[in-house]
Parts: sequence; structure tokens; C-alpha cells
Amino acid sequence: MLRRNSWMIVLATVATAVSVGSAQAQIKVGITMSASGPGAALGQPQSKTVAALPKEIGGQKITYFALDDESDPTKAAQNARKLISEEKVDVMIGSSLTPVSLPLIDIAAESKTPLMTMAAAAVLVAPMDDKRKWVYKVVPNDDIMANAIAKYIAKTGAKTIGYIGFSDAYGEGYYKVLAAEAPKLGLTLTTHEVYARSDASVTGQVLKIIASKPDAVFIAAAGTPAVLPQKALRERGYKGPIFQTHGVATEEFIKLGGKDVDGAIFTGEAFSGAEDMPADSPFRKVKARFVDAYKAANGGAAPTIFGVHLWDSMTLVENAIPEALKLAKPGTPEFRAAIRDQIEKSKDLALNDGLSNMTPDNHNGYDERSAFLIKIENGAFRLVK
Amino acid sequence: MDGTIFLFLLQDGVINGAVYALVAIALVLVFGVTRVILVPQGEFVAFTALTVAALENGNAPPTAWLLLALGGLAAISELVRHFRDLTVRRLVRIALFDLALPVALLLLTRALAPMKLGQVANILLAITLITPMGPMIYRIAFAPIAHSSVLVLLMASFGVHFSLMGLGLVFFGPEGTGTAPLSSQSFALGDLVVTGQSVAVVAVTGLLLVLFAIFFGRTLLGKALRACSSNRIGARLVGIPTGAAGQIAFALAALLGAVSGVLVGPLMTVAYDSGFLIGLKAFVAAILGGLVSYPLTVLAALGVGFAEALFSFWASNFKEVLVFTLIIPVLAWRSVYAPHAEEAE
Repeated sequence: MLRRNSWMIVLATVATAVSVGSAQAQIKVGITMSASGPGAALGQPQSKTVAALPKEIGGQKITYFALDDESDPTKAAQNARKLISEEKVDVMIGSSLTPVSLPLIDIAAESKTPLMTMAAAAVLVAPMDDKRKWVYKVVPNDDIMANAIAKYIAKTGAKTIGYIGFSDAYGEGYYKVLAAEAPKLGLTLTTHEVYARSDASVTGQVLKIIASKPDAVFIAAAGTPAVLPQKALRERGYKGPIFQTHGVATEEFIKLGGKDVDGAIFTGEAFSGAEDMPADSPFRKVKARFVDAYKAANGGAAPTIFGVHLWDSMTLVENAIPEALKLAKPGTPEFRAAIRDQIEKSKDLALNDGLSNMTPDNHNGYDERSAFLIKIENGAFRLVK
Repeated sequence: MDGTIFLFLLQDGVINGAVYALVAIALVLVFGVTRVILVPQGEFVAFTALTVAALENGNAPPTAWLLLALGGLAAISELVRHFRDLTVRRLVRIALFDLALPVALLLLTRALAPMKLGQVANILLAITLITPMGPMIYRIAFAPIAHSSVLVLLMASFGVHFSLMGLGLVFFGPEGTGTAPLSSQSFALGDLVVTGQSVAVVAVTGLLLVLFAIFFGRTLLGKALRACSSNRIGARLVGIPTGAAGQIAFALAALLGAVSGVLVGPLMTVAYDSGFLIGLKAFVAAILGGLVSYPLTVLAALGVGFAEALFSFWASNFKEVLVFTLIIPVLAWRSVYAPHAEEAE
């Protein structure tokens, strides 16, 4: 018994020594995401992506620390402080929603740790200041997407658009861009209706839209709740084209919407339309790599667009690591600064979210080349050519 | 706004109001008998819709596992609470109701689900899975503290709500789904298109309300429940077991929630957390009915549904604000004019 105990102690000592030794030579990535609470539809696919992320980059082992912030900004801030002070991460990724990501900006800047947010709003990386220079965002800004779809709607010959969207930052963000762009393109917005993600009925709003007789309807909503207005419009006999936003690029949306959402057009990320791109398109390769890794880690299940945001965040980091390693050792403030500097130099990097060109002023890094017109046809996402 | 739009809004309001009415009735019933404001009532609604959706896809619904988990917890809670006075009868009851029933239902759903038996079977199975959760939850969370103040019971109720939400996320996943409509027929009534689904909602609600009126007015059990809700101590003095009454009230609430879930499934996108808002709107109706009067509650629920439809047409930005604002004048009026019954502690 005594002998066994002493062996255990020796083993434990060796194990500690090894882990301490490797701790210096590994890169640590901390992730906080909204795997439960209102953001669960985004955070769950992201937490499933963690296992698919690359384990080794530039000869360095990568260790991931993934935490759930319950879609709560306070919890996310706690997670971030824990990741930085206890785990001493080199890079932080998170969180899934804009309000939950906002408090992380201060923490990232204060500890001088690069932060890759997976949320959507432009306010996370603009206007550029001393704090936001530590933050990068892989989800394309809404204005790029909204501008592209507004131009397309004008091209189809429509003159009036009925608008209905979420009563939150997502919907209002889209509305602002549309309202600003529409007059320039000769479009008129006939309505500004809103509804909540959890609403059971949008009959009132839809009746008002139909009464305004628009040539087309624009729905600014995300995920399965985006089905509701489109379904209600079709049920009430609206025949005109319906436009959606990139928030609907999920299989669940098509599955739930069925025939009613067929023909909907939206501007989305490269990921959703990659299959219809030419064989030599870099986006196809990028998607194939992600899908393979994800399927291997999740027993063959296919990934969604929300997992993409985590994967792409990591791709940006992955791209920055080799150069950063030449400048400093992982675990040091110099290394964190080097990662930040290198991500800023990303040029024409193909991501599932689009073509990334970071600059010191633009930490989103996309332009209209990253807004792809996608149409739902017979239950599949097809690229509009 | 012209007449046609008004009619459409009225129809929409009546459909939503009918669902709120069922949920609100359950709230009033449970509050009357046990003094619990049943926050998790909405979860019964959401979980039923999700169960039906899973069955429609030919998947074994995770609800059966949830029921088994709750059954296990209820058994443990019962054993701990009656540790000193365990009788054979009680043991048999625990074994049968808390353990054998969930296991049997679990095996049954796993056997039936891949066969895709059709809508009626799916709905019945879903209701059978959800209803036993009511009494189980009562015995886990509320029976041990049945004599505490309303405030303590309310906190326990919120605890149950949050636990069920968490379990719902684990069992059902984050994405919302919908179920197939009860009837895909529709007919024109003047300018108004009436769908079979809306007729079904109103008819089922009406039928249930009539059944409830008969149950509470004509049967011994119904009268016993009413006695419990009007005077708990008096009811106990004449030999009505209040604990059993609480369980029955919870079973009825779960049943009503399950039926509401079947009715709303085809109307809206139901996710694991959709139930809370339905429960909250129904709560507004229950408050408007003073948490005592069933007919007033039904009227108020229809009013809430219609107000919601109107507000969503006029000012969709302020819809929820306006709906919940309805509660303020009523509370003010009641606090001044209604007889103020202090809780006997």
C-alpha cells in the first residue's frame, strides 16, 4: 500500500512537471459563448465546433478553454476575467451575441488580449479607438449585407418595400441601413413593423403591410422565428417577392418554413452558397475543410452558419500565429500583441464568412465582395448568379 | 383600418385569446387550490408542442426521459419526506406512479415513435407524457412547503420554471419547431378566410371550458377542489385531503397546458423557452379575473388576445408594453374597491 502511494506521488510529480513544461510551449485560447439562455441557438452549434478546431498550429499545441456565459453579459465578463487571470489565455473568442460581447471589449483592452467576437453588430469594432483595436469581428457588418440586398431589390424593378423585422438591435440595424439607402436607389419603405422573436402571431403587422401594397417585402429576422412573417404573408395571399437577411441561413429555417419560404432571397456569407461557386473558388476549399473537421468531431452531423463564426475566428488567429511565434513566446504580453498586429495584416484571406482584408481602421474587413445573393430553391440554398 | 382588417384582427385575437384562456384557467385553478402562482405553466405548453413535433418526425421525444427524471426526483422527495411513516401502500404508490409509469411510457414512446402513427396518436401520446409531470412537480417542489407564504411558493415556482427551462434546453435543443396543422381546410366567410386550425382552437377551448364548468359545478371531486380554494382549513375540517387536491389541481393544469400546446404548435414557432411569454400573457388575464373568477378570466384572456392583435396592427413597437399596461388600471381599481383578503398566517 505504502509503495503504491509513493509511486502515485512520483507519477503525480512527473505529470505536474510535464504539464508545467508544456504550459510554456502551448498556445491557449479562451472561448466564452452563449450555449444556454436566449442565445442558445447560436451558442450550441458553436460549442459543438470547439472539438473540431485545429489542435496544432505552427508546431505549437493549442489548448482551448470553452465556457458557457448563459447569454448573460455579467457572466461573460466573469468568464473573460477567469480565462485571462487563471488560464492566462493568449487569445479570447466570444461571445455569441452583441450585448454579451460588449463588456468583453474593456476586459480585452485592459489585459491587452486580442478578442475575436462572434456577434454581429458593427458597434463592436467601430468606431475604431484604443479599446476596439484589440477586437476583431468575423461576422460581416449588416450594412454590407443590407446595401447589397437593397441594390438587388432596386434592380428587380420594385419601387416600394414593406418592412417587418425583429424589435431588437438586429432588426433595427437593418432598418436603419435600408431607410438610408432606399431613397438613393429610388425605393420607398412603406411600413416599419416590428415583432419579437417569441411572438405567436404577426397577423396585425402583416395585414398592415399588405394594406400598403408593396412591390416586395423585406423581413429582417433570424433563425426559425423568421419563418413566421413569411408564412403569414403567404397565408394572407401576398404574392410578391420576399427578401430575408443572412440570419436565416440555417437548415432549421428551411425545414420549418417548407414551401412558404421557397423563393426567398437574401444576402449571405460565402458558406451558404459555396457549393454553387466555381471549383477553384477558395471559398469551396475553406468550407470543405471546416465541414470535414466538424463532421469528424460530431459523428457526421453537418455544421451551421453559427459554428462558422467560431471556426473563422480561429482561422484568423491560425493565420497570425506563425509570424507571431517568430516575435515572441506564447504566454507573454508580447505574443498577445504580436497576434493582434498580425491579424490586422490579413490580406485577401478566404473565410467561410467572406473575403477578409483587415486594416487598422476596419476590424471587420469585408466589402461587397463578401455579400453573396442566395435564393432558397426547393429546400436548398442556391447562389444567385 | 377597414372592416375586413378588423375582422382578421378579431379572428387572430380570438385564436390567441382562446389559448391564453386555457392557460389562464389553469393558473387560476392552481392558485385557488394551492396558492401557487404556476410560473412553469408555459413550459407544459412548449414541451407538448415540441413533443408532438418530435413524434411527427418519427423521433422518440426526449419528453419521456424528462418524465422519468421527474419521476425519480418525485420518488426521492416522497421517500425522504415520509421516511418515518412509510407504509406499504405508499411504497406501492411511489413504485407504480413515479417509477413504473414513466418507464412504461418511455418504452411505449420508443416503440411507437418510429411507426409514425398519425396525428391523433401523436397528440394523445404527447398529452399522456406531459400530464403526469404536473403532480410530480407538485410533490417535488411544492408539497414539502405547502404551508409557506404565497411569496415563498412563488419563489419555488420560479425555481421550477428555471429548472424546467434548463432541462428543456438539454432535452429539446435550442431550435424552434412547429407542428402540422390540426386541419388544413379553410373556408371563406365574406372577406374573411377562416382556417380549420382556428376553428379547431376555438372549438377545443370551448369544449374544455364547458367540461370544466360541469366538473366544478356537478361532480364531488370538482366541488372538493372548489372547497379547497375557498377555504383550505374548512375543507380539511370536513375531510378533504388538501395534499391530494393539490396534486389533482397540478394534473389538471398540466393537462390544460398540454392541450394548449397541441393547439399553439401549428400556429407559432415553439422553442424550449417560448412557454414563458404565453404564461405571462395568460397571467395578465388571470389577474384581470382577480385570480378567482373563471368566467371573468376567460373574458379577460379573449380581451388580451384581441388587444394584442390590435396593438400589433397599430403600434407593433409597443405591443408588449401596451398589453402588459392593461394590468395597471385593473390592479389600481381592485386595490381600492375589491374586498381585501389578508392572508391568514
